[in-house]
This record gives sequence, C-alpha cells and structure tokens, in this order.
Amino acid sequence: MRYTIAMACVLSLFWLLNSGHYNAAMLGMGACSVLLVTWIVHRMQALDHESTPAHLVLRLPRYLGWLALQVLASNLDIVRRVWRRETDIDPVVARLPLPQSSDLGRVIYANSINLTPGTLTIDMGEDYLLVHALSGDLCDALATDEMSARVSELER
Amino acid sequence: MVLHWLSEACLLAGSFLLLTGALGFLRFPDIYARIHACGVTETLATSLILVALLLKSEAALPQVKLLFILLFLMFSGPTASHALAKAAWQGGVRPRATRDAGERPASPAGR
Repeated sequence: MRYTIAMACVLSLFWLLNSGHYNAAMLGMGACSVLLVTWIVHRMQALDHESTPAHLVLRLPRYLGWLALQVLASNLDIVRRVWRRETDIDPVVARLPLPQSSDLGRVIYANSINLTPGTLTIDMGEDYLLVHALSGDLCDALATDEMSARVSELER
Repeated sequence: MVLHWLSEACLLAGSFLLLTGALGFLRFPDIYARIHACGVTETLATSLILVALLLKSEAALPQVKLLFILLFLMFSGPTASHALAKAAWQGGVRPRATRDAGERPASPAGR
C-alpha cells in the first residue's frame, strides 16, 4: 500500500510538472489518468521496493555527484585519446567481481560503468561482470573497487 | 548576460564533444571501442547542450522538461550501449587488437 501511494504521488508530481494547464478540467483528467495508471500497476503487482526505491532517495544525490565527476573525467580522457595523432587505445576485456546482491544494486553498478565512457559492461553473470575497457589502466582503475564499494554502500 | 555567455560556452563545448564522438567513431577500430566514443556524445555532450538550453529558457516548465529529458537519457544511454555490446558479444564479435581477448582471470583487486 505504501508503494502504491508513493507511486500515485510521484505520478501526480510528474503530471503537474509536465502539464502547465491548471484549470479544473485538465486537473480532473490528470487525476483520472494518475488513478488509472496506479490501479493498473497495482493490479500487475509490479510495485515493490525496486519500482519505488524510496530507501535510495537520501543516499543517491551524493553518489550521483561523485558519478558526475567520474563521467566528466573519463569524458576528457576519451577526448584526449580520440584527438591524438595515433589513437591511444589498447582494449582489454576483463572479468570484474560483482559483490552487489540486489538486482537494483547490480544494475546501478553496471550502468555506472557504462555511463563513464572508456568502460563498458558486456555481460553480467551471477557474481561477475564482463567489462570491456579502452585501455588497461581504465580497467585497473575500475578494479580498485571504489565505484563498486560506493554502490554497495548505496544498496545497504 | 553572464547566463547568456555561459549558455553559449556550453553549446560550443557540447558541439565540440559531439564532433569528438563522431571522430572517435570513425577512428576507433571495432564496435566496442566505437561504443566508447559514442559514450562521449551520449553523456557529456548531451548534458552540456541540455544545460545550455536550460540556461537559455526563461520559463520554469520547459526547464523542468529539459531536466526530465536529461534524466531519461542518463538511464537509456548506458542501457542501450550495454544491449549493443551484449548483442555483439553473443553474436561472436570479439574486440580487435586486444592484449588478451577472452577472459582475464582476476583483476588486481581479485576475487
């Protein structure tokens, strides 16, 4: 029930922010659509701690700030590699450990790897990630586990 | 006035990054390396251009919408590149010119 109410609130907020028409008729239709969608999702039993990850909300901003810095740094690194006279790449494929136990944590970790250019998740197994890196040192930087540790912190 | 120039600077930097992504796409040898090059266009270049548009727009609603677009792109971009890489890998495409294609048993951090 908690999740259903949270879902309805988020949908209403989303509708209000997107609409820009605040007369009675439009608000009524908005409320109807929010209720309809909430009812469908409730019926599908698709609501759990994953679809409304309220437990993440407090910790997420700090992680996203850190991730943004990583994305910035790796972007500049790739720009440097692209504009070199000889493209400076030495690709590596490696298995990295995947300590996260929840699906959400695993997806956040894998997507964070993808979001930083230079490292790319190819495949995900029970306890490992297959990662393609544009050079050995990018892969080693990932293997120092800082990102992984931060994601684990997030899912706790 | 400051905002105006900041916005122009973001647009210029974003365009440069888009160009870099395209250049990387042409210069890099195989699909995996090219996905990395496109990563530049889909993360920082897109963010910079959306931020520039954000600074240019004066009403709150378009700004919120731009933020939503940014948010959705940050979710869909990495997922799409993963889908692409996984499809290539399962189709038997292996990275060209790798030091050790296949599986490196353990990273320095180890398992």
